[in-house]
Amino acid sequence: MISLTSCLLLSALLFAIGLAGALMRRNAILVLVGIELMLNSANLNFIAFWRYGPHPEAFTGMIFVIFSLGVAAAEAAVGLALIISFYRHTKTANIGEVDFLKG
Amino acid sequence: MGDTVDQFFVTLQQWIASHTPVGLQPVISTVLAVIAILGVFALLFAMTTVLERKGLGRIQNRYGPNRVGPWGFLQPIADGIKSLTKEDLVPRGADKTVHLLAPILLVLAAFTLFAVLPLGRNMVLVNLDAGVLFFFAVSSVMEVAIFMAGWSSGNKYSMLGAMRAVAQMISYEVPLILASVTVIMAASSLSTVGIVERQAGYTGVLPHWFLFTPWGFAGFFLFMVSATAESNRSPFDLPEGESEIIAGYFTEYSGFKFALFFLGEYLGMFAISGLGITLFLGGWSAPFSFLTWIPSYFWFFAKLLVMIVMFIWIRGTLPRLRMDQLMNFAWKFMLPMALINLVNAGVWHFLPHGVLRWLLCGGLVAVSYVVLGRGLTQGWKLEKRIYRFAE
Amino acid sequence: MEAGETDLSLCRVTRSDEEEGISLLFTTFAILTVVGAVAAMSLRQLVHSVLALIVSFAGLAAVYLLLGAQFVGLAQVLVYVGAIAILIVFAVLLTRGDGDTKRSIVVGSWRQSGAVAVVVFAVIAWAIYASAASQRAMPRQPEVSMRQIGDALMVRFVLPLEVIGLLLTVALLGAVTIAMQEKKERR
Repeated sequence: MISLTSCLLLSALLFAIGLAGALMRRNAILVLVGIELMLNSANLNFIAFWRYGPHPEAFTGMIFVIFSLGVAAAEAAVGLALIISFYRHTKTANIGEVDFLKG
Repeated sequence: MGDTVDQFFVTLQQWIASHTPVGLQPVISTVLAVIAILGVFALLFAMTTVLERKGLGRIQNRYGPNRVGPWGFLQPIADGIKSLTKEDLVPRGADKTVHLLAPILLVLAAFTLFAVLPLGRNMVLVNLDAGVLFFFAVSSVMEVAIFMAGWSSGNKYSMLGAMRAVAQMISYEVPLILASVTVIMAASSLSTVGIVERQAGYTGVLPHWFLFTPWGFAGFFLFMVSATAESNRSPFDLPEGESEIIAGYFTEYSGFKFALFFLGEYLGMFAISGLGITLFLGGWSAPFSFLTWIPSYFWFFAKLLVMIVMFIWIRGTLPRLRMDQLMNFAWKFMLPMALINLVNAGVWHFLPHGVLRWLLCGGLVAVSYVVLGRGLTQGWKLEKRIYRFAE
Repeated sequence: MEAGETDLSLCRVTRSDEEEGISLLFTTFAILTVVGAVAAMSLRQLVHSVLALIVSFAGLAAVYLLLGAQFVGLAQVLVYVGAIAILIVFAVLLTRGDGDTKRSIVVGSWRQSGAVAVVVFAVIAWAIYASAASQRAMPRQPEVSMRQIGDALMVRFVLPLEVIGLLLTVALLGAVTIAMQEKKERR
């Protein structure tokens, strides 16, 4: 049987990898990829607790994940539109070079 | 007697499985069913290639292939030998791993689609509670495979063809799924077996197929047009049209990988026709109540053959749509039509049986078609169309 | 010995073959997901990174299916693999950023970020092992049918459903507006 601990550990590992990638990579799109990984790890957490929690017949965890999928799609769309838009102005997708408001 | 013939394959599978050790029986019976599906649909693919070439040939006033075998029907064997023995060229600038994985992923996804189609009474591989959702999820994996094929070739035209193909497929997925949602609403089940069982009754002689309701009629046409676009078939085959972009995303493929792409595309076509048959045409149920003695799998494959012939006919008849015409069609005509169809299906469900229901729902379909088709997208030209031919 | 029986003569409960199978599948998919995630965050070529991300999403979908969440697993493939990953791929192709191969792929402060990520993982792992939730008994597989999910979405969760419809419409309009090319003024 899959134990709750292993699911939660997988979720924590994915979260850490997503966080590391989002903080480390230079390209704006990969920051978004890291954020999507973090969202996915939270979804896995919800499903694990739905399955192994006290009331699995009141599938609240599953419904939450369904809505989380919708929100992630909306957020990815808007984030990528922003990246495309500032690429058109600055011809680069590098987050280090978008510092117009600095200073 | 009729029941024995109808359940012949099921009893055969159970008989073979009963000779194996008890612990392995579910695995063995599933493996048998998988082998049967692989064999049947691969043969159907072979038959369709020659049928298409001969059909297109006749539409274009020429013979199709007629040298190999009687009337050319052994042509697939010759094609198979050719594609297996051709040199497998991979361009130098291509990404080798992704180039290899793309056709494999396409064929895998295409074969997986058949797992939820009920091919006959009690003849579905997996009776998933969310069968239709499984189907759409796996067909979106096919889009990823097409993109991988186009990008990994290292060729700008392949890349462009792949981007166009993916844009077309995701645009047409929306009316496809919305048309299916009307059926799911009416059958109140996401399971393909449940949907077929809802259509299995007969009033007098006529069946209860969803095609014979106004919203089902409109929904069926929306579904089939979207299915044509999803399979990149003419008139939606701009991404792979020979006169436009050489061969689009599979320009750089030769030999066996090209054959795998061909196989994947045709299997996708069969699978989505199969889903259309399941959702709108009653799956394995006979068209008239006095014909139910003919086995259920015969009806499924007969309907599938009719759909294949329609696909070939449309390919030979209609000219190709340009990319912007294609996208306008999807977003400005099919999507509003599908949404109005949803409302229509709801109205149909809540009105009492009778003439009023037919009039109201049929009127809604007709009015929305005229307004959206001739009105909004073409400037309100509501008179009879006049065609000009070159004199 | 039949699958599922316990060998009482040795006073030890042996796990059934099915449970072992599920556990092995889970381990495989978990490794696949983690490898995909690491590859997604560390490859130089952006398209390779997105393909690795797709592998990771597919692995997660398989884990959801193993846990018995059929609808969520299939919706994960449909939404994440079929829509979001393709969207990311289009964005990668429209913002050709992987031209130069000399620059480093990480920001200057990558060591601190790595340390932060490791600390976050350590804290969460400690919280998991120290909590009482992991010592609870395992409830049996819940039977959730599509009809129940549909009923719940339309009765108990109808307000979030409408709000998410509104949210997706607004996001669609917003994304189109932001990414639209400005009309060039003709003089």
